[in-house]
Amino acid sequence: MAVATSSSKVLNNVEAVRDTLYEALKNDDRVVILGEDVGARGNVFLITKDFAKEFGTERIIDTPIAEASIVGIAVGMAMEGLRPIAEIQFADFIYPSFNQIVGEAAKTRYRSNGEYTCPMVIRTPYGGGVRGALSHSVSVEALFYHVPGLKIVVPSFPADVKGLLNAAIDDPDPVLFLEHKKTYRLIKGEVPDGHYVIPIGKADVKKEGSQLTVVSYGLYVHWALEAANQLESEGMSVEVIDLRSVRPMDRTLILQSVRKTRKLLVIHEDNKFGGIGAEISAMVAEEALFDLDAPIRRLAAPDVPAMGYAMPLEEAYMSSPAKMADAMRDMVKF
Amino acid sequence: MANTPTQTRKSLERHGLSDEQLKTIFRTMLLQRQLDNRGFQLNRQGKVPFALGSEGHEALQAGAAMAFARGKDILAPYYRDLGLSIGIGLTPYEIMLSIFARAADHNGGRQFPNHYSSKRAGLMSFSSILAAHIPHAVGAAYALQYRKENGRAVLVTFGDGTTSEGEWHESMNFAAVHKLPIVFLCENNQWAISTPLSLQMGQPDIYKRAEGYGMPGEQFDGFDPLATYDAVKRAMDRARNGGGPTLLEGVCYRFLAHSTDDNDLTYRTREDVDEHRKDDPLPRFENLLLDSGVITADEVAAFKKDVLRETNEATDKAEAMPFPTADDLYKHVYEGAWEPWQ
Repeated sequence: MAVATSSSKVLNNVEAVRDTLYEALKNDDRVVILGEDVGARGNVFLITKDFAKEFGTERIIDTPIAEASIVGIAVGMAMEGLRPIAEIQFADFIYPSFNQIVGEAAKTRYRSNGEYTCPMVIRTPYGGGVRGALSHSVSVEALFYHVPGLKIVVPSFPADVKGLLNAAIDDPDPVLFLEHKKTYRLIKGEVPDGHYVIPIGKADVKKEGSQLTVVSYGLYVHWALEAANQLESEGMSVEVIDLRSVRPMDRTLILQSVRKTRKLLVIHEDNKFGGIGAEISAMVAEEALFDLDAPIRRLAAPDVPAMGYAMPLEEAYMSSPAKMADAMRDMVKF
Repeated sequence: MANTPTQTRKSLERHGLSDEQLKTIFRTMLLQRQLDNRGFQLNRQGKVPFALGSEGHEALQAGAAMAFARGKDILAPYYRDLGLSIGIGLTPYEIMLSIFARAADHNGGRQFPNHYSSKRAGLMSFSSILAAHIPHAVGAAYALQYRKENGRAVLVTFGDGTTSEGEWHESMNFAAVHKLPIVFLCENNQWAISTPLSLQMGQPDIYKRAEGYGMPGEQFDGFDPLATYDAVKRAMDRARNGGGPTLLEGVCYRFLAHSTDDNDLTYRTREDVDEHRKDDPLPRFENLLLDSGVITADEVAAFKKDVLRETNEATDKAEAMPFPTADDLYKHVYEGAWEPWQ
């Protein structure tokens, strides 16, 4: 029975981003948003629509088209006491700012012996499945997670988006916040009211199971859950872990799960070579090899530069719930 | 006909500096050169692996430092700003801690020498990557403007080579759009390691680029601390009073090689360097102060002795300090303890 007052509401991922940013701007004058088209247009996904009217163009800063300085200026703002949220319009455009993220933001605390810090967030939509072609579909996490000093968050559910974005904004260190653009309007869920944080670095078991551990993040968590539910109807039990943060990474939860199920499948949209799956596989091999009943397997993108615009190229690059279910079946039956 | 002392003194007065301030500029220049030389000596003695020189930049940096409001302004320097750093309040001991890479150094011995960071002095942390600090300075200037902290400004410095970097252009552009309280000060020493100005840019008058961004630009003699002071003071005052950014270009010359790891005679001649040394800003300024009667020969001698003593003391004290330990490697990765995957 419906209740008159609710302590939560149903939002999709993009609404969760918008609500969280809005609250952050309301609560803290130090928070400013800067990026291309974030002002009058309200970002290409309308995330910051009308923010400039309410908070002013001093806080919602439409920047020139210059990604290196969008991040670099945010670094300077953060060093000088503001809490900037820099937006890169699409993750594919982040490359010009690579040095500012990797060489500057991530190293400021370290190189100054803790005297200067960079409490800032870099938000960017990433990922494919939206006919985004070569330059609007990329996954960038593996290019950045090699870097100590930087945190990388990739939430998949609206409640996680809010809790983790709040944590990223509150965080005393730079956080790269990756939002899968296909999940923006596709994924809806209950989001608690009020301010709450989900600690960065804690993964979440989205479905418990006993015969196989699947670790994934982003859009693919949703597809992995779909596949796992399919397997359940076939009498197999699969545990699905949503990584949520790729750095720091929740080693404890992964090992705990693998020691229970004795099998590990890592699924991600990014290329297989040198991807997140490689790190997780190596870690599990180092820590829990003799707890395993099957070789570790990775289901990831083929080793090509990007997915193409043409549908068959996109489909061939990306995985699917059906491909995931096949991989899971093979693993359970091994 | 040479000017009389009275005439020279009168010409000094137009800068609006007291005798004490003029002496401070001179002393900063002497100290900069002494510390510079010490770094190179220590390298040759095998005591430190690396040193960076700033000879030829003394006038520019001591003059600019005099236009910097301590406790108010913010400096975003680059790695050749020894004199500016002393001029805004770093001590010779702090400089030597940096050269010796001791644990008590501002950055804990992590960075190359001359990469200071000091919140106390208003000096922003920076890396060795050219132009990477320019947007940081712009971000800091934005923060000052956003918080309506009138009367404060950011001074950001760089060499001529840095003006070729994209982030320099992006930063100039953004600062002009938002009329930020910032002064871009180019220390044009003619060389970017071995690359001369003629191979660095098609428009060798760097200050002229200001017009393209929509801000004032000015060039001055970087061997003259007073011309520098005037230009930087005007620009900083304009920035502090809401007048927006300025691009300044001080023309000087790099007397030493890029660093102790560089042999400059592979790309330029000793004659070329010697020719420029005829304009060495130190004797030039010393003579000006002597001619005008601001300082006496005895005072000059005392200054030089004093600066050497200070450098010796700083050297000995810093050298006796401990190195960082292996445990320090793991500190300040993030806030709190960091336990990497083993």
